[in-house]
Amino acid sequence: MRHLHEQALVSLHDADVRFGHTHALRGVTLTLYRGERLMLVGANGSGKTTLLRVLHGLLAPARSSSRQAQALQPEDRLPRAAMVFQRPFLLNLSVRFNVTLGLWLQGMPAAERAARCQAALQRVGLASLATQRARALSGGQQQRLALARAWALQPDILFLDEPTASLDPSAKREVEALIESFADQGVTLVMSTHNLGQAKRLGTRVAYLEAGELVAEREVTDFFSNPDLPERAQQFLKGELPWHT
Amino acid sequence: MAYLKPGSTLRHGIAGAALLLAAAAVMGAGGAWAQASATSFIVMASTTSTEQSGLFKHLLPAFKAATGIDVRVVAVGTGQALATARRGDADIVFVHDGAAEQKFVAEGFATQRRDVMYNDFLLVGPKADPAGAKGNHIATALKKLSATTQPIISRGDKSGTHAAELRLWKDAGIEIAKARPAGYKECGCGMGPALNIGSSLNGYVLTDRGTWLNFKNRGDLVVLVQGDRSLFNQYGVMVVNPKVHPHVKADGAQSFADWVVSPAGQQAIDRFKIGGEQLFFANANQR
Amino acid sequence: MNDVTLSLQQAAALVLGADPALLRVVQLSLQVSGTACVLGATLGLLLGAALAVARFPGQALLVGLLNTLLALPSVVVGLVVYLLLSRAGPLGSLGILFTPAAMVVAQSILVVPLVAALSRRLVLTAQADGGDQLQSLGAGRFTTAVLLLLHERFAVLTVLLTAFGRAIAEVGAVMIVGGNIEGVTRVMTTSIALETSKGDLPLALALGLVLLGVVALLNLLIGLLQWRGGAGAQAHVAIA
Repeated sequence: MRHLHEQALVSLHDADVRFGHTHALRGVTLTLYRGERLMLVGANGSGKTTLLRVLHGLLAPARSSSRQAQALQPEDRLPRAAMVFQRPFLLNLSVRFNVTLGLWLQGMPAAERAARCQAALQRVGLASLATQRARALSGGQQQRLALARAWALQPDILFLDEPTASLDPSAKREVEALIESFADQGVTLVMSTHNLGQAKRLGTRVAYLEAGELVAEREVTDFFSNPDLPERAQQFLKGELPWHT
Repeated sequence: MAYLKPGSTLRHGIAGAALLLAAAAVMGAGGAWAQASATSFIVMASTTSTEQSGLFKHLLPAFKAATGIDVRVVAVGTGQALATARRGDADIVFVHDGAAEQKFVAEGFATQRRDVMYNDFLLVGPKADPAGAKGNHIATALKKLSATTQPIISRGDKSGTHAAELRLWKDAGIEIAKARPAGYKECGCGMGPALNIGSSLNGYVLTDRGTWLNFKNRGDLVVLVQGDRSLFNQYGVMVVNPKVHPHVKADGAQSFADWVVSPAGQQAIDRFKIGGEQLFFANANQR
Repeated sequence: MNDVTLSLQQAAALVLGADPALLRVVQLSLQVSGTACVLGATLGLLLGAALAVARFPGQALLVGLLNTLLALPSVVVGLVVYLLLSRAGPLGSLGILFTPAAMVVAQSILVVPLVAALSRRLVLTAQADGGDQLQSLGAGRFTTAVLLLLHERFAVLTVLLTAFGRAIAEVGAVMIVGGNIEGVTRVMTTSIALETSKGDLPLALALGLVLLGVVALLNLLIGLLQWRGGAGAQAHVAIA
């Protein structure tokens, strides 16, 4: 069910991606709506990461497919996007530099950069570590830094590729809380995860991928309780959640 | 989704800056170093054997004191020295191969050749002298050598020494090109390296006195033949013709040519000694 | 063994006595090779970075050519540069033949392929780790390459040191384009060649030891820098 006031931000039609012999995405048709929290679930190698990259614009789908971005209303500009990866790649420089880099690449003047950087670091609780070497931070801190880096760009869409998969439980909670707070402020989320509990907690919509195919896509409550799901999706849920009936 | 992409500006900026830096460095280095000599200088093409004898260390300061001109010596084989001058990369030539020098003048690369001095060649070989070359006449020595299988080291590098060596063999009735002795070896190298090889193989080498006196790696080698007139080695000086190479520093070069045949230059040559022995004999106005 | 002992003594005497001719020769070696390294490395890093990130037809061919040039004999470079800079050649009017400037040019040419090939490898490896994420931040291909070089700056330093080693140790190119003119273009390597050809082997060996010493000192300095830079990484094994 689509609410009438939701805007379409990115539409994918029949997206196809191959890496050599591997058929990573097979004809995926999907539309991303403003304000939603789309969770991508599926086994390893199912195409979640590829789909994220295509939606983000890092990867171009085959010519037979189409990917379209639409202007935001009422802002009347194309949506800005940022992405957070499972293992963040941080440059071997200071925490602050890693955040300002993205801003500098956008051509922002120095004063504004500094202000945004400070705000972003405070938001994720890393302001006191601004001058530390980014690579010296713990896993959880590094992921928070990645979030700060993304947040500083004031994105309209935040793509996340299994952002908490490599973290210990307390870091997981911290990062999840941050992601949720971003979403609460109106950022559209697209997140892939292995953790179905996480998908249930954070998502508004769930898409299940298997071997590059978009098998099922439902509102979150529907996904987890509806017996109408395609057989394969049901099998997946059963495998991941043994107590699901 | 459109991102602002100043990435290309960055790329162009860095590339531009780097190219500017590189260009500036090259020009700066070139300019600074080319002008590093506030004093005027000329480039002289001469031979390795002459430089290694130590003559220039003795002679050139005297010239500088007299005229204020620095002489930068590029020391290579005679063939290469003349080639360098033909290309206009030297202002003056100072070598010891009469025939090649006449050709140089005939081709117009110099207007004149002047005698300056001579030194002499020696035949060195193992103390035991298995070929029985020791004596007063080089032609006899070479004939004896050619009949044996003893190692004979030749420079084989188209140098003045090499040319002289081939002439001596010819005068002894042996055409190296057609019938070389059993032990004849060409190294395509300078006098010092040839002596190095001779020393390690315990063979016979025709060398100039200057290099021999400075050579420290003699092993078992001693002088076997010296004093034969045909072993004398004449040096000549030629200024590169400015009509052919207008950029040549003809005035400075002519200064040297004039000075080295003048009494002052000739005396400086005669005064140069190694271990009390005179090496070069000034003969500018004798022939 | 006698020659070696003699050389060690001679080397010590030269260094301790601060022999002015030796100092001049060492200084010129460092100046020429240092400048060549800076120039060659600048061009080499840009070229290597560009080749790592660019996509154009014939790229594989260019990379193959680069790898071939790695094995360029220094004497061949010297000959080519000589022909270019000779008065009879196209760049003769620059008048830099037989001056240190020509030596810098020749050594820079030797250094560029080395730095380009090694830095290309560096960037490719680093790009596999983080190319995507930098691209996601909005970095263009070439910007990504430069950022990755900055990121891997200690490895780049090792590359530069290798390049410097190549430059300061070569003799073929500088001999031909410099002319080994005493007090003007004579460097450590050409001095060694000269003394060897004069048969003064102990002195040649002594100079060789001095050359080794200079390079070892530089290696030590760079090693210290790297150790300080890398020490940070090992020191923080914190858990959040």
